[in-house]
Amino acid sequence: MDYNLSKEHLLLQEMYRSFAENEVKPLAEEVDEEERFPVETVKKMARNGMMGIPFPKEYGGQGGDVLGYVMCVEELSKVCGTTGVIVSAHTSLCGAPIYENGTEEQKQKYLVPLAKGEKLGAFGLTEPGAGTDASGQQTKAVLEGDHYVLNGSKIFITNAGYADIFIILAMTDKSKGTRGISAFIVERDFPGFSVGKHEKKMGIKGSSTCELVMENCIVPKENLLGAEGKGFGIAMKTLDGGRIGIAAQALGLGEGAIDEVVKYTKERTQFGRRISQFQNTQFQLADMHTQMEAAKLLVYKAACKKEARQPYTKDAAMAKLFAAEAAMSVTTKAVQLFGGYGYTREYPVERMMRDAKITEIYEGTSEVQRMVISANLGVN
Amino acid sequence: MSKNVYVYAEQRDGVFQKVAYELIGKAKELAQDLDQKVVAVALGDKITHAAKELFSYGADQVIVVDHPTLLEYLTEPFTKAMYAVIKAKDPEIVLYGATAIGRDLAPRVSARVHTGLTADCTKLEIDAETKGLMMTRPAFGGNIMATIICPDYRPQMATVRPGVMKALEKDASQTGEVEVFDAGLSENDVNLKIREVVKETKKVADITEAKVLVSGGRGIGGAEGFAALKELADELGGEISSSRACVDAGWIIRDHQVGQTGKTVRPDAYIACGISGAIQHAAGMEDSELIIAINKNNTAPIFDIADVGIVGDVDVIVPKLTEALKKIKG
Amino acid sequence: MKNILVCVKQVPDTTEVKLDPKTGTLIRDGVPSIINPDDKAGIEIALQLKEKTGAKVTVLSMGPMQADIAMREALAMGCDEAVLLSGREFAGSDTWATSSAIAAAIKNLPYDLIIAGRQAIDGDTAQVGPQIAEHLNIPHISYVADANVEGDTLVVKRDFEDRYHMIEAKTPLLLTALGETTEPRYMSVGGIYDAYREKEVKVWSYEDVKDNVDPANLGLKGSPTRVKKSFTKPVKAAGVLHEDVSADEAVDLIISKLQEKYII
Repeated sequence: MDYNLSKEHLLLQEMYRSFAENEVKPLAEEVDEEERFPVETVKKMARNGMMGIPFPKEYGGQGGDVLGYVMCVEELSKVCGTTGVIVSAHTSLCGAPIYENGTEEQKQKYLVPLAKGEKLGAFGLTEPGAGTDASGQQTKAVLEGDHYVLNGSKIFITNAGYADIFIILAMTDKSKGTRGISAFIVERDFPGFSVGKHEKKMGIKGSSTCELVMENCIVPKENLLGAEGKGFGIAMKTLDGGRIGIAAQALGLGEGAIDEVVKYTKERTQFGRRISQFQNTQFQLADMHTQMEAAKLLVYKAACKKEARQPYTKDAAMAKLFAAEAAMSVTTKAVQLFGGYGYTREYPVERMMRDAKITEIYEGTSEVQRMVISANLGVN
Repeated sequence: MSKNVYVYAEQRDGVFQKVAYELIGKAKELAQDLDQKVVAVALGDKITHAAKELFSYGADQVIVVDHPTLLEYLTEPFTKAMYAVIKAKDPEIVLYGATAIGRDLAPRVSARVHTGLTADCTKLEIDAETKGLMMTRPAFGGNIMATIICPDYRPQMATVRPGVMKALEKDASQTGEVEVFDAGLSENDVNLKIREVVKETKKVADITEAKVLVSGGRGIGGAEGFAALKELADELGGEISSSRACVDAGWIIRDHQVGQTGKTVRPDAYIACGISGAIQHAAGMEDSELIIAINKNNTAPIFDIADVGIVGDVDVIVPKLTEALKKIKG
Repeated sequence: MKNILVCVKQVPDTTEVKLDPKTGTLIRDGVPSIINPDDKAGIEIALQLKEKTGAKVTVLSMGPMQADIAMREALAMGCDEAVLLSGREFAGSDTWATSSAIAAAIKNLPYDLIIAGRQAIDGDTAQVGPQIAEHLNIPHISYVADANVEGDTLVVKRDFEDRYHMIEAKTPLLLTALGETTEPRYMSVGGIYDAYREKEVKVWSYEDVKDNVDPANLGLKGSPTRVKKSFTKPVKAAGVLHEDVSADEAVDLIISKLQEKYII
């Protein structure tokens, strides 16, 4: 077991850090204050190969590995939770299911532009009545000759306002329950497809979170992803991978908060000393650092198992559960250690705390992760 | 036997640069220690007459290479000319201004001659024992100083930044005969074609690149306060910067803002004028090499991080400081 | 234009170097090593020319084995090949000896254009580029802000403090690039994977270049200049607050401090 990063991963880390520091960090406050989706950053990331890291070059990707991709989300999230989730949702929730389940034609037509970052991706599973209980899909898809007609709506869809390509889950055969759900590749300008209400959120405010509305939406039958009835399985597997991305986002948020606390406490003086010299500060930081290091091990392990094509469902769930709860705990402590200044928007820690909360909820709540982990222990 | 201290007297558009006078001033001291002479070398087109003034700044001899190929700076004709003079005269020392010209010419000449060159010297002295030139310069990004010698090769060459050495007072009574030197130049030496020469005014400063920053805070009273700070900055070869308060008040544009929500700077010297030094500002400048703070309020937090703190009135001290600096420069 | 050589140097990030307050010596541990900024601008200019002309870009450096990572970074930015010249024979070189060694390596490689950085942030001399050109007996243009091709002619923007020249030149030619006027691209993610998986860094020793250079011109022995002594500027002590001083006294205090710190 070699716990050291390889030379190429160290160089990747350096590149991600440099990009995050120079291109992402200066915009982070504005992206949050103005709830602005950073289109220019997405273009730059595309140019540098950050929108298709784990996909093979033959499909427009960078030929990288899952660990290299996960480190990218981590480093971006250290300075901006919004930017981290843009990459994560695009790569894990849209690019990956097409790569893992698509036909050669579908990969050439959709994966290539996604991997190159020429198009942005999103994933539509969640509905008003189907959140944690994802099986209750109300969106229907009816085959009519050479196309399906989709009717229904999705909510809380990340990247929706700017995405070109959506993976949409819909019920093709209600009588079969979860085995009657199918997955579709839907383009934004398919007739009957529209992006609806934009959610105002507590955190990751620059992330575009919207409703999707399908009213007799025409989807060519070539756009069925995988076989009919296999959609739920595809969605669950997709979320397994997506969980590692979100775990990486949480990891980055926690680490970023610790960096800010270390910097601040070394400058701030009270009672005639730097507050970093108080044992309370030191002990808190020791705990916070240990929590995030533990999270990192879980995240990187899950990534490596996925790369090695070993079963990783439980590992991904543990990584996401632990990293999200750690991030919430660490960012909250960070605000506390900053004192009054930490509560103001002049310093980034309150944003990091607001951003961290969602990592405990989306792509499977912490409760869902516990269900997955205990199922893997054989105790459900 | 190599002899005499030579100075490359840089000219642009027929006007000799201040650094040339400064180097002649320094050369005079070195020549004295060596009991030798100062020779100024001017390269240009139709500059023989103008070169006479170099005597009045302290040159004992003036050599001119006057040729059409030397109208505008180009490496090869200038290198060939300088090389010819050096080969013919065998100088002990040659000094060049460390300008965009000197830092191009000197290395090429040193390689053609096969001798040592030391760049950006801040101090030049003759070693009493060896009579060799001791050249002191900053290294490692300015974090250390090194004294360099060139014991076995001649001439010993050095470049010196403008503003480091001191020119002598012009003495019009000092004059002499300019020696016109034929360096064997021809059109063939012009191996690159200058398509266009575009003369420019100074661009907008980037405070993160400045070596010296004179920074204003609420205590300077208003936008006009920056005029005095700019004068001081000019004397020190630096730029002006500001705290957030002045930017918010509209006294100066955001490009100059230092601090948590502004830029982080690490100049060699940061002079904080009327700045309280709240933590958001300190975060942007506390790694400055030297921090000097002037503030009326003796409890201002800036004094916790300043190397030299003065409790006083910025409006009085800054103009006096500028005057005093002008006097030193002479 | 078929072949472009870019000369780079791996340097300590001198903006991150600190002085040990107790001993007054430099703390070099933990200071990150980077590609010298002016050289990185040179890589960017080379890659832009590559995009326009299809030329092959080879990056060359003289340094210790740990400079491998700088070579990989250059490859990850888009350079095609990398050569690292390394050996004890080159240690202790001043700019004459350094430029002699690098010119010797260059003589083994095909080139139309050579690009170096104007100066390195550790030595700050700006001498090696022009000296390499002299050893190779080719023209050089320094302080290059921009370079473009027009047919078989290079058009170069050469900066001065108060003006700039647009210069037409033919190859072979050496340019020294300015870090402040060219923004270097990031390494691409795929480029980093390729740098380690598909490309290699060729390591050359003295043996590989000895036919191209007189050994008397190499290393410490071959250096016309040498360091007589080096010293750190006075250590930053705790600050002093002057409360009851007149304006004139204040001015004197400030000036003597500025002089002490070599600001004036």
